[in-house]
Amino acid sequence: MKITFAHMGNLYITVKALLEDLGAEVVVPPMPSKRTLSIGSRYSPEFACLPLKVNIGNYIEAMELGADTIAMAGGVGPCRFGLYGEVQREILKALGYEFEMIIIEPPQGRLRHVLRQLGRLVGRNSVGKYVSAVRLAWAKMTAVDELEKVVQRVRPFESRRGAATAALASALKLVDEASSIAQVKRALEDGREMLLSVRAPENSVPDPPRIGIVGEVYVVLEPFVNFEVERRLGEMGVLVERSIYIGDWVREHLFKDLLRLRKGRRPYDLAKPYLCHFVGGHGVETVGHTVEYAKRRFDGVIQLAPFTCMPEIVAQDVLPSVSRDLGIPVMTLVFDEHSSDAGVLTRLEAFVDLVERSRRRRAAKGARG
Amino acid sequence: MGEVVGIPRALLYYHYYPMWKVFFESLGGTVVTSGETTRAVLDAGIKVTVDEACLPIKVFHGHVLALAGKCDYVFVPRLVSVERRAFTCPKFMGLPDMIRCNCRDIPRIIDSCINLSRTTREYIHAVYSTGRMFTGSVLRILAAHNRAKAALARYTRYIESGMTPDEAMAVMGIAPPCDEPAHRAVAAASSLPGASEAVRGSGRVVVGLVGHPYVIYDPFVSMNVIRRLREMGASVVTADMLPAAITEREAARFPKRVFWTLGRRLLGAGFHFLRSGTVHGCLHMRAFTCGPESLIGEILERESARRRDVPFATITVDEHTGEAGVITRLEAFIDVVTRRRKP
Repeated sequence: MKITFAHMGNLYITVKALLEDLGAEVVVPPMPSKRTLSIGSRYSPEFACLPLKVNIGNYIEAMELGADTIAMAGGVGPCRFGLYGEVQREILKALGYEFEMIIIEPPQGRLRHVLRQLGRLVGRNSVGKYVSAVRLAWAKMTAVDELEKVVQRVRPFESRRGAATAALASALKLVDEASSIAQVKRALEDGREMLLSVRAPENSVPDPPRIGIVGEVYVVLEPFVNFEVERRLGEMGVLVERSIYIGDWVREHLFKDLLRLRKGRRPYDLAKPYLCHFVGGHGVETVGHTVEYAKRRFDGVIQLAPFTCMPEIVAQDVLPSVSRDLGIPVMTLVFDEHSSDAGVLTRLEAFVDLVERSRRRRAAKGARG
Repeated sequence: MGEVVGIPRALLYYHYYPMWKVFFESLGGTVVTSGETTRAVLDAGIKVTVDEACLPIKVFHGHVLALAGKCDYVFVPRLVSVERRAFTCPKFMGLPDMIRCNCRDIPRIIDSCINLSRTTREYIHAVYSTGRMFTGSVLRILAAHNRAKAALARYTRYIESGMTPDEAMAVMGIAPPCDEPAHRAVAAASSLPGASEAVRGSGRVVVGLVGHPYVIYDPFVSMNVIRRLREMGASVVTADMLPAAITEREAARFPKRVFWTLGRRLLGAGFHFLRSGTVHGCLHMRAFTCGPESLIGEILERESARRRDVPFATITVDEHTGEAGVITRLEAFIDVVTRRRKP
């Protein structure tokens, strides 16, 4: 049995570590490419949201490499993601692929239920084995998130364009290859050092503008579909902060009900004046984090969403009020299979221009006042 | 006279208007509705919403704006869930917030939060706090709620007997005024006992129509699809006209329970139309960028491709849809259905 799963940013490092440690054979799909997207959109429903289409491309490319089992997360709505697995299974079966799809449904969720599903994937393991595999995967996930945070702090100051991105790739490789928690720790330390070493001597960019990234988790985390918006902004000299990391998604999506973790209330409280009810997906978080960035005096916020994403449309609808009330520029970028590199880049440049101009204006006013 | 409550004639108006009207009137309020959807109503909605919003949401905004100055309150409930373990649509959950952010200078919003997904406690609280805006008496609120529920039950029975919402409301004597003469005629005809064949269609062929109520029953949004099908000689059955037992049973054929109440009903109705042999053709009318329908439609299309005995067509509508395009497709669809029907 060769297991595969869909890509979402660097999530593969965590999932691969978990499954392999439990003794499964894993086929990581090739990193998403134009081909992935074109295969995916050929076979998916036209108006389905983008992640479903890229997932289909991932599965097909993984099956070409010999995968025969697909692991997927489920859900209970109201976001469409909860039905992805079932619809994707139908699409792939109709194309004649032979495979088994195991959909891990969290919320009916007792821990036992999830373990049984995992057991179907990886065979029987002792409880101790599960614990150690989960601990290793967790350590890797935390390390990946940490490295992604460091790279954003380094990128605007890099001595040579692209140096930070290259250092991140090597750092992630170290984490991926680590096979014990101690090694993960060392990989994280080495990676952090590699990243910090590409920084130019201090004060090359005295006071970079700060932009927050909010939006739907998949397009925020997957650089291929968002045209590497974080790298682009960083290389324009912007300090980027992102509202969501893989760790957040996993904690919330798979373990919230199991471990009775309370969802962070903070984004909900901040969003309240504009959006005071859960709307599925990350709609409320998008609004809440935008408010938070405004309060922390960021210079702008960019919302990323797949075309037709229902929760993000609700958020997008109220964001102009947030922007008006709190005086923070907000731009929404919507992605689908027709989005183009040049279009996204043009908008990013225009937005950064706008942000810098309003900063200068504020600074001038401050100097006078 | 009492306070005037405005109910926008859009979205779940088509499912719940009789209940809402009776509830507010029993509490001493007066209920007014916005007019029918027109180009002007839609344009007003488009102006205040983001492009990405779906057509029904834009239409709803237009109706709320149309109520400005005509009432003391606008009723924009937050319908999170109307049954256990299921939701409506994310956009319904954020509807009052969207209205508040987008529509300036409108009457106060009554945004009762209906959420039955886990317990009935929140529902009871919502009914109570909405009622408290009109009366201090718990008994009166309770009585109003019971009368409202009875009205809804009666309305549902009429719909299940094959009437459209307009026809059922006309029979119940609570239909809001129609501006368009053609609709008035339909409403008048259907209020007669044993509504005539002309209203229901002559029934040469029977078409199963799958679509959200606020799309297919809104004459402007749907380009009058029901009336046109009837004029072409078809009887029309919609998802709402099927008893819930049937749609639930059929929807259970899908390996996972669909977690949208309306989506599950549409899926069950679609399966029923495609499998039971009770209709000659199945037409799916959906709004562009409707999230649930992008997946429900796909599942139905695959089912129809597998079975190949009931013609299946999809028509997508948005604010740019032209009437001629829809008519041509409907005619072609009816041609196919009629030809297939002949032995």
